[in-house]
Amino acid sequence: MFFTYVARMLRRRRRQAVVVALGLALGIGLVVTVSAMSAGVRTAQDTVLHSLYGVATDVTVTQAAGGGSGGPARFGLNPRNEAQQGKSFSRDDVLQTPGLGTISQDQVSKVSDLSGVSAASGGLTLISIHAEGTFPDFGGSGSVSGQARSAPTATPSVAPIKVTSYSISGVDVTNSAVGAITPSQVTSGRYFTATETNSKVAVVDAGYAKQHELKVGSTITIGGTKYSVIGIATSAAGGQASNVYIPLARAQKLAGLTGKVNRIYVKASSASAIAAVKSEIQKALPKATVTTADDLAAQVSGSLASASSLASRLGTWLSVAALIAAFAVASLLTMSAVGRRIREFGTLKALGWRSRRVVGQVMGEAVVQGILGGVLGIGVGVGGAFLVSKLAPTLKATIGATGNSGPGPVGQALAAASNTVTVPLTAPLSASLFALAIGLALAGGILAGTLGGWRAARLRPAEALRRVE
Amino acid sequence: MYELTGVTKTYRKNGTRINALQDVDLSIAEGEFLAIQGPTGQGKSTLLQLLGALDRPTSGSVVFEGRDMATMPEGRLTDLRAGSFGFVFQTFNLIPTLTAQENVETALVPRGVGGSDRRARARAALADVGLGDRAAHLPSELSGGEQQRVAIARALVHDPKVVLADEPTGNLDEGTRDEIIGLLESLWADRRQSLVIVTHDTGIARRAPRRAWIHEGRLSTRDPSDLVPIEPGDSTEG
Repeated sequence: MFFTYVARMLRRRRRQAVVVALGLALGIGLVVTVSAMSAGVRTAQDTVLHSLYGVATDVTVTQAAGGGSGGPARFGLNPRNEAQQGKSFSRDDVLQTPGLGTISQDQVSKVSDLSGVSAASGGLTLISIHAEGTFPDFGGSGSVSGQARSAPTATPSVAPIKVTSYSISGVDVTNSAVGAITPSQVTSGRYFTATETNSKVAVVDAGYAKQHELKVGSTITIGGTKYSVIGIATSAAGGQASNVYIPLARAQKLAGLTGKVNRIYVKASSASAIAAVKSEIQKALPKATVTTADDLAAQVSGSLASASSLASRLGTWLSVAALIAAFAVASLLTMSAVGRRIREFGTLKALGWRSRRVVGQVMGEAVVQGILGGVLGIGVGVGGAFLVSKLAPTLKATIGATGNSGPGPVGQALAAASNTVTVPLTAPLSASLFALAIGLALAGGILAGTLGGWRAARLRPAEALRRVE
Repeated sequence: MYELTGVTKTYRKNGTRINALQDVDLSIAEGEFLAIQGPTGQGKSTLLQLLGALDRPTSGSVVFEGRDMATMPEGRLTDLRAGSFGFVFQTFNLIPTLTAQENVETALVPRGVGGSDRRARARAALADVGLGDRAAHLPSELSGGEQQRVAIARALVHDPKVVLADEPTGNLDEGTRDEIIGLLESLWADRRQSLVIVTHDTGIARRAPRRAWIHEGRLSTRDPSDLVPIEPGDSTEG
């Protein structure tokens, strides 16, 4: 009789059931969408951290550039003599990553000997900049003798200069456990062998390889030397990931920094040891900057950080508000429906139905409406998540600005190549999200049913029968 | 069967005290057909609700089969309603979403009667009131008389000791009224269950072998109309 009664009620009072279910569905759908978005933002954050950090790395050690070192890149683009004015030029230069100071390679073994450290390797990240264009023409061939030169023209003739850059990481090929790239990231070809310490071989990031049509077996020219591409790797997307990976010794030679590194990649023996490892390293290398994944997450800025903040604050509150509204709507509608059925429940009590049976009946109806709302809510949520995945913009994450990279196009190229990662925002759905939706729907149904049922049960039958519908 | 002594029922409505029943004494024997007559708002329905364990008196005792329902726990009253009483209401009080048969079945649910037995008994009860072919109809698809027949089937399906009918013909036209009261009479004659009808309709009340009158909450075994003085106009004309 219970199921017959529930089924008849839902069928014959369809409009009311649909309104309650839709109210719940909207709330639950919003919760599913926002939760899926939050999961997407977390995934994006993980992607960013991995790409900025290296897959196996727990801690990185860097050192800020000391006074007098680094500074804006100088390309000597001003014409040295009038004869060069208006002539075209093409130059390559390999520079250290701006803002990073060098660390002696000896320090790597010092770090690897610290307790809690499972592996440590040094790396040298560089930027190769290619500039081509035409020397500026200041106009005329004015005399330089005696008199003052004629004043420069008001509108300086800035010749078009095209600057392209790519990042290079020198990898300690003798230690594949940790570093800017590890063997697991190689998707085609192979990783370096331990004997290739000074070989002219390179592993290229998949995105960069695609862009420049590089394959395993292709050659790439770095600083005028040809390197053979032995592998293509994924995950190289930003800051500490690079476009091209070469053996450390070759990178040191390119930059004229023999025996130096500018990053130490450290793997801790366990996740719980990371904090201790950080403080050990700080003690051993007081001038160094020691960064863990948590530090890095806190430094992430840009639209990803905004999305993360939005998802965790506004998203959560929006979900809670929507859910409260949905539960309130369901409860009020159920209570109002029960209010219209007071005589019906009074009649049932007159027929000898116990209050708990009447409450159970109301609750059964509310729970079925809740489940209906949950199923519809999943539909709304899946639709919302699909829309987020389709329409949401890609998120940009910028990590810890490294200071002035120099003015002009070269500086901009340096800055852009360093610390920004772009990740598409997705809203992944999972079984646990669906379980959450059904759980919420049941909770909504039970809440509405309890309130409605309580209202139905508390009246004495005589009082209920006196009510005028 | 029933022994009511000094029964008073007082309501509070909008801060005003209303004496619905005052010092009512009444005995009803097993198998008796009693009509309680009186105008609207005089306490008829309140008395019926006390007889049917739907409410408790403010003071006095309502003894049914030796037990005072005024002091009985709520669960026991519920059991009595489920087993011993059958109700017929003026407005039928059928569940609008259930069919005629399912409505009749609702009276067997608290008795714990299982599915197939419940359906069979409901169909038989509907056949007894002449609605065997209307079992699958919703109340909205039935006429007023048919709806009241369904309500009578529901009141009788669990074979109660007392059938309590509150203005059972109040919402029916004259033809249907006779049909329904006739049905109640014949069922009473067949089954010899106690039947208590409250009505404002003298024509209906006269069908009962025993009548009582209620006026301003007081019960009397004498027709109060006998006591009404003859209007002055009537006397000059007479």
